[in-house]
Amino acid sequence: MDDSPQTTSKSSKWSEAGRPQAALSSAVHRPASGYLRAVLAVAWKDLAAELRSRELLSAMLVFSVLVLLIFYFALELDIKARMDITAGALWVTFAFAGTLGLNRSMSIEKDRGCLDGLLLAPVDRSAIYFGKAISNLAFMLIVEAIVLPLYSVMYNVNLFHPGLLGVTLFGSVGYAAVGTLLAAMSVQTRTRDVLLPILLFPVIIPVLVAAVKASSGFLTGAEMAEITPWVNILLVYDVIFIAVAFMVFDFVVEE
Amino acid sequence: MSPQPRLLQVLNVLSVLSLAAAAVMVFAYAPIERVMGEVQKVFYFHVATAWVGMIGFIIAAVVAIIYLVTKDLKWDAINLAAVEISLVFFFIAILLGSIWARPAWGTWWTWEPRLTTAAILEMIYLAYLLLRQGIEDPERRARFGAVYTIVGGLSVPLTFVSIRLFRTIHPVIIGGGGSEKMNMTGEMVTTMLVNIAVFSVIFITLFWHRIRLGQFAEKVEQLKLKLTH
Repeated sequence: MDDSPQTTSKSSKWSEAGRPQAALSSAVHRPASGYLRAVLAVAWKDLAAELRSRELLSAMLVFSVLVLLIFYFALELDIKARMDITAGALWVTFAFAGTLGLNRSMSIEKDRGCLDGLLLAPVDRSAIYFGKAISNLAFMLIVEAIVLPLYSVMYNVNLFHPGLLGVTLFGSVGYAAVGTLLAAMSVQTRTRDVLLPILLFPVIIPVLVAAVKASSGFLTGAEMAEITPWVNILLVYDVIFIAVAFMVFDFVVEE
Repeated sequence: MSPQPRLLQVLNVLSVLSLAAAAVMVFAYAPIERVMGEVQKVFYFHVATAWVGMIGFIIAAVVAIIYLVTKDLKWDAINLAAVEISLVFFFIAILLGSIWARPAWGTWWTWEPRLTTAAILEMIYLAYLLLRQGIEDPERRARFGAVYTIVGGLSVPLTFVSIRLFRTIHPVIIGGGGSEKMNMTGEMVTTMLVNIAVFSVIFITLFWHRIRLGQFAEKVEQLKLKLTH
């Protein structure tokens, strides 16, 4: 509370001194590598913190396993039902576990005032977005990398299909791209954690529909011609929303 | 408190009169459809309200971009007005569609692409309103609202495409997209177009009122601030 005026006075000093200098040096040298380094620094910061605390990943993992167990009892996943439902059950699990991770990764930044610190850094703000998006994506992929084999073992379904893994990757990219943007907004509201799924799920529906259909296509051995449109939707969604988030992220963190 | 401009007063009267005229036209002028009978009359209002919802949706998305560029809170009031009107009219359109679908398709609800997309759009609007509710600072509220309108506005066409694909691969049990197979007589087309025009007038009137309301709310807020300081 008390140190907030101090921080702002620091920020004005920094933005006067730090920014032009950084802009100049990056313009003289390689501008792309400076940006890339900032992105990776933000992502690495999250991953390193997570490696030490392991609070986020463990919560996501335990939650995912619980969802899988609930699916077993709720849907009576016998052999016949399994083939039809597997893709849906997996994506529901990923979507729910994903909101846990997104909420946590953004509220950590907000609560401890780290977001302000990040914003003071003399880098383009979209670098912060990409850094956060990459770390969120990494958390999702780690959870998926554990849930998929676990699901295979628990339900005796072979999920190791390169196509399925590709779909999981593309779906997670779209999910993390939109999720990071919306989580950055929702943590700044009064309702916070409650709001993220409400904001995220209606706009993520194309990803979920396409990912579920493509995954179950690969699992049931459907023809490529049936699967391609879904993969295309996933790719289009990823490209559009990464571009949009890149353009509007400034407005979300602007103070 | 500025009084309503003359043009707005004219629009008020015009909206009421033209709605009455449209109702008369639907029930007296348009012929009764041979297959579906009387219930088909709901179709004219259904198309018109869905049309208004669509206009509101497009205006909201365009205005959101204008707000982010200009940062003028005036555009935020317009954005909110467009979303609210669109929310209400899409809801009416879904209800009317349901009333029509029950006898025509034999069910209140079907996962037809347009229907499903409209329902998801309603959810996006509700999320938008919840988002705004949770933010006190008017400037931040406007920014977040605009960003979410853009994200939602871009996802809706993709949602429509994906649900459409979803349906075409799956067997369609109940005549999906049956509405365009209706053979309309000249009188029916005229009635439909008149209804669309009438509801456009109603949209403009409501839109104007809602924007004025937003401006008044802002004024009240400022006066309150003055009183407390």
